Amino acid sequence: MDLNTIWFILIGVLIIGYAILDGFDLGVGVLHLFTKDENERRININAIGPVWDGNEVWLITGGGALFAAFPIVYATVFSAFYLALMLVLFALIFRAVSLEFRGKVDSPKWRRAWDWAFGLGSLLPAVLFGVAIGNILRGIPIDSTGTFTGNFFTLLNPYSILVGVMSLVLFTMHGAIYMTMKSEDEQKMRMKKLASALWIGFVVLYTLISIYSIFEAEFLFEGILSNVLFWIVFIVLLAAVFTIPVMVKAEKFGRAFLASSVTIGCMIGLMAISLYDRFVPSSIDLAYSLTIYNASSTQRTLFTMLIIAIIGMPFVIGYTIIIYRVFKGKVVLDEHSY
Amino acid sequence: MDEVLLARLQFAMTICFHFIFPPITIGLAWLLVVVETIGWKKKSEVYIKIGKFFGKLLALTFAVGVATGIVMEFQFGTNWSEYSKFVGDIFGAPLAAEGIFAFFLESCFLGLYIFGRGKVSKGVHWFSALMVAVGSTLSAFWILVANSWMQTPAGYTYNAASGRAELTNFWEAVFNPSTMIRFFHTIDAALICGAFFMAGIAAYYLLKKQHVEFAKPALKVAVIFGLIASVLELFPLGDEHARQVAYTQPEKFAVIEGLYTSKNGAPLLLFGYPVDNPPRLIAPIEIPGLLSLMVFKDPNARIKGLDEFPEDERPPIWLPFVSFHNMVILGMYFILVMMWASVSMYRKKIWENKMLLRILMWSIPLPVIACQLGWIAAEVGRQPWIVYKLLRTSDAVSVTVPAGNILFSIIIFGLIYILLGVLYVYILVKKVKHGPEPLSEKEVTA
Repeated sequence: MDLNTIWFILIGVLIIGYAILDGFDLGVGVLHLFTKDENERRININAIGPVWDGNEVWLITGGGALFAAFPIVYATVFSAFYLALMLVLFALIFRAVSLEFRGKVDSPKWRRAWDWAFGLGSLLPAVLFGVAIGNILRGIPIDSTGTFTGNFFTLLNPYSILVGVMSLVLFTMHGAIYMTMKSEDEQKMRMKKLASALWIGFVVLYTLISIYSIFEAEFLFEGILSNVLFWIVFIVLLAAVFTIPVMVKAEKFGRAFLASSVTIGCMIGLMAISLYDRFVPSSIDLAYSLTIYNASSTQRTLFTMLIIAIIGMPFVIGYTIIIYRVFKGKVVLDEHSY
Repeated sequence: MDEVLLARLQFAMTICFHFIFPPITIGLAWLLVVVETIGWKKKSEVYIKIGKFFGKLLALTFAVGVATGIVMEFQFGTNWSEYSKFVGDIFGAPLAAEGIFAFFLESCFLGLYIFGRGKVSKGVHWFSALMVAVGSTLSAFWILVANSWMQTPAGYTYNAASGRAELTNFWEAVFNPSTMIRFFHTIDAALICGAFFMAGIAAYYLLKKQHVEFAKPALKVAVIFGLIASVLELFPLGDEHARQVAYTQPEKFAVIEGLYTSKNGAPLLLFGYPVDNPPRLIAPIEIPGLLSLMVFKDPNARIKGLDEFPEDERPPIWLPFVSFHNMVILGMYFILVMMWASVSMYRKKIWENKMLLRILMWSIPLPVIACQLGWIAAEVGRQPWIVYKLLRTSDAVSVTVPAGNILFSIIIFGLIYILLGVLYVYILVKKVKHGPEPLSEKEVTA
């Protein structure tokens, strides 16, 4: 396996890490929009309080790693998705401070305002990340010089919007399952019901999108049926998807959460397998696509970065596990809480 | 509208606003390591209380820092895609390393430090305070590696075929000629920010005669810490940094020192003001030969002036000059204030010295302003280059982003940042007025 492929996988791992971890806290944010009771709202916020910024670091590191390993992809895609990314950034800014600001002034209006900031600041990225993925999958207009020739509206196509809706539903389900582990009584029961309902929505949308993809981006399916890796990931995905409702029903929420995490991981894995070795397909001509070879850094940089990743990632995984262990279990509101 | 100007404006605005917060975070984090060590080892309740109170202020500052920092990570790609393509082989690695080595450490342990008080053992809690400080400092290190490479690029070769800079030696790129001195200079500046932050808040309580037993030890730690940091910032760190600029970026050195023409035995400028038509300094007060002596250890040494460089490679003079000199003035002021406070504390008079306490209180924002000024001098002094002598700023912007889009994002960022700034100060003041909270039993004994 060459370094370019290793880095394609590692970027995938960072995206998966981000989608699983920030996925649930974006989902909790979306659910927060529909939470009426003040006590339950505080439970939402405190369920992600100690972990959300660690989760967001996956995004920051992913951005940095993409810049380092595939600078042409970083430069082309980020400037092409300018307005969409700006919206994500505005949303993430509000979201980050809303948690910290909300409890600091004792006024219902103040708290309501930050509840909205937190909710919309979560909803917008949850949708837009999906829209971005949808656009990457179907390809964006890149010409022979590697320059993006579309505009903001190029990115708003039915296919990508549908992927955006699906990612919203998926993250919200993931968040609801997380909240079943963190809340009690009524709130827990409501989250349980919601998780099952959202699961149906997700399965329908995912099936629709898979069929739609055949028409929208046929190249994703080239040679896929003879790819063993595809079948392995696909079978794990199916198993994970159908484990979710079973575990939710049996109230084994930890396992349900694991299953929804595996689902997210496998979905992104399948996307990566279908894209490989293209990174960003060109919708003008596939020959103009940014690939993991024509858009990468030099071998020396990829190798150096690999060393950095090998040294650093075990620590990252170590801290993440420690934090989740310390703060596992139901949320208990105390004076340190938000 | 001009895309380059707009992109520069946006970058300047977002980085300046972001850079209000990390220095406070870093400085406060190290002060908290000191405070938590005393609290833990001496089982001192009041120090634990100081740790808890300032820990919350740290978390607030950190959150705004993270929120505004994410923007920076993406902005190279969104607004500076030609730059990103040009330097990606080198510049991305330190950013990724920052995430992997520093930012994860900092964020995870901050969660443990703030939410874990009373939940985890004292030792683990102390360790998490230390890791927040180490993480935030490492984070600064990698960001400074990236920025220093733009100032004094090393360990690369220019590949004409691909039209980009390519890495040849990672360690040379990381430890390029300006990295280490700029790292120490910036970190020490952050320590000064933290010290003034804590000292100012403690001074406020003493003035109001509230929480006096809480404020006294906080002021003590902050003043001792602040005195050491302020003195070190001038000598050796400031001195050494200026020399590095003189050796490796003479154009920048010429503009910050106001040298229009090359001089043998260049004077050190104590006062002056740069004007145009013809370009000159008005009302200069100088000490002859001192600048040459300081830089080259020889009072007659020749120092290059702006006239020595091609016109299209000269940085603007006014902004870097004014920023640099005001930073130096502030640096001197910090030393004086902290010396005065130390002497007054030694004589046990500080608790009653209203004037000094008031000065300390109102000085809270000054080190942050000094940081901003220093960075303006560093960044504007590098112009017209984005990567010194390698890539011009005007060639670095995204070619596919229309000016209207940038204008739109500038306006929104501007509005959001004004709101955030106001809210940050509002909440900070509110928390300070509310005062430190009593400790629960667990927090004392756990």
